[in-house]
Amino acid sequence: MPENNPQEKLAFTYPARGALRLVLSGDWQIASITPSLDEAIAELKTHPEVTEIAFESSQIGDWDTGLAAFLLKLARECERRKIRLSPEGLPQGAQKLLTLAQAVQEKEAPAPKVQEPFLTRVGDTAVKVWNEIKSLLDFLGELLVSFTRLLKGKAYIRKKDFKAIIQACGAEAFPLVSLISVLLGLILAFVGAMQLRMFGAQIFVADIVGIAMVRVMGAIMTGIIMTGRTGASFAAELGIMQTNEEIDALRTLGIPPVDFLILPRVLALVLMMPLLTLYSNLMGILGGYIIGVGMLELNPVEYFNRTQEAIGINNLWVGMVHSVVFGVIIAVSGCFRGIQCGRSAAAVGEATTSAVVTGITSIVVATAIITYICQLLGV
Amino acid sequence: MENKPVIEARDLTIGYGEEIVMRGLNFRVQKGDIFIIMGGSGCGKSTLLKSIIGLLEPLAGKVLYGEKSFWEAEAPEQLKIMRRFGVLYQGGALWSSLTLAENIALPLEMYTQLRPKQVQDVVELKLALVGLSGYEDFYPAEISGGMRKRAGLARAMALDPDILFFDEPSAGLDPLSAKLLDDLILQLSDTLGTTVVMVTHELASIFAVGNNAIFLDREAKTMTAEGPPKQLLKDSRDERVIEFLTRGEKPARRA
Repeated sequence: MPENNPQEKLAFTYPARGALRLVLSGDWQIASITPSLDEAIAELKTHPEVTEIAFESSQIGDWDTGLAAFLLKLARECERRKIRLSPEGLPQGAQKLLTLAQAVQEKEAPAPKVQEPFLTRVGDTAVKVWNEIKSLLDFLGELLVSFTRLLKGKAYIRKKDFKAIIQACGAEAFPLVSLISVLLGLILAFVGAMQLRMFGAQIFVADIVGIAMVRVMGAIMTGIIMTGRTGASFAAELGIMQTNEEIDALRTLGIPPVDFLILPRVLALVLMMPLLTLYSNLMGILGGYIIGVGMLELNPVEYFNRTQEAIGINNLWVGMVHSVVFGVIIAVSGCFRGIQCGRSAAAVGEATTSAVVTGITSIVVATAIITYICQLLGV
Repeated sequence: MENKPVIEARDLTIGYGEEIVMRGLNFRVQKGDIFIIMGGSGCGKSTLLKSIIGLLEPLAGKVLYGEKSFWEAEAPEQLKIMRRFGVLYQGGALWSSLTLAENIALPLEMYTQLRPKQVQDVVELKLALVGLSGYEDFYPAEISGGMRKRAGLARAMALDPDILFFDEPSAGLDPLSAKLLDDLILQLSDTLGTTVVMVTHELASIFAVGNNAIFLDREAKTMTAEGPPKQLLKDSRDERVIEFLTRGEKPARRA
């Protein structure tokens, strides 16, 4: 009895000219090794006169859909080659399964997907990008109109929701911001100390850490943390609401989703980002302090005074401008991707990923632009 | 003299982008009707509903509410029309961050001058009408699918609309819950005189509640039958309509 050798499970006989009989034996199960269709095709190629295929299955052992899958492929190959397939010699169940697999078809089979020519794809991508830009501008316009309604006291924002969002994107982000910022301060101080020690200028570690954190690094790190944490969460929340038709329900009740869902999120993040950035600055400086005092044995008071002198109000303002801009970027990219989301689980995943990618990329680009403007203004 | 329809579709073509889903749709929904939009899965029933309730602009044609063409109206006028109807979505579409009471209270807070205590009274009434008294403080995730639909219905009725739209109300419900929902729809239509437009392919619901219907044919890409469902079953000569209404049994040849 053939057990594992697939070639022994399938044999070919010719009871008459043009008639091929497939002799099946052994187990034909998904879990066992079954013959591939290639063997049958090779046989057909060597015998082009075959016009009919029949089966002999008296020696067949256990079988399941592994056999049915082979038969379906064979049936399609026969159809292509205009060979008649007589399933009578197959086990009753296998005959029924084959009939079922061939019968249950959509009335209109979808057109096969063909790859478009290169130029068409370039054109499609360009149109897609243009549509994305238009959608973003529409979204920003709606947000602006909604903000104007808020100033006039006409926008509908639920205080309870607003507080919950503030809590989620403010206080609940403290532990992560603390950890990352302290570590960033430690790293900045450590890298700076390695160089400065060579000149005996360790005290300038306080300058490096203070200025870097307050001017830009605190805001950037907070921005990146908040993009991954809050921007992604905004996109996922709104995406799921889109999938569950909750946003449609708002629209049909005449409640603008931008007022109800997006404006509170944008406002909450724009309010929280400067506070989180200030906190991040403090934690970063603390990290630098740990290295300065603990490893470089600097005087704690001297380190503190040096930091205070170095930071300056200008740097602080530059940092705050960064944080507000990043707040808008993170909230807008999260909400925009969420509201654009399709109606499937995969689409929610895509929206979340896209929100994070858009957020981080935009933060880097915005930093470059703000730095350039500061350079021009001499700040 | 013929009654003026509450809703009328005139030469409506619906679809997405350049893809036409249905074309040449013409029908009228009269006041007090329980009007069924029926057809097989994927035929465009929900797309049609979206075009009627203002979520998807049709590619051509008009949706008239009384004399007013919804898609030609200015935004404030559209908003006024939307205030006249409530929608029950397939999954209920309750706002997941709000309790059932807050879900129902939201439109009341938006559009009425009711004081908080009065809003609470209305919310209690609406929940009682759908058999959910005592569930005010539950969140949508804490109740069953059937209860979510009923709560969605309570929200759809919050502003006492003239017209209620239902998108596959029986989908995902066990037969008993589906029947309870059908009974509720009949009672509401009967007692409040609400016009109901329902998208469904559930035969039991179609025959139980519908007094007028259209059949959307996926292959013909248009509506191929209009009339009371029971009469369509009796008189229709369209094979696909009969097949649909008899769950795929071959229609007997009619003279």
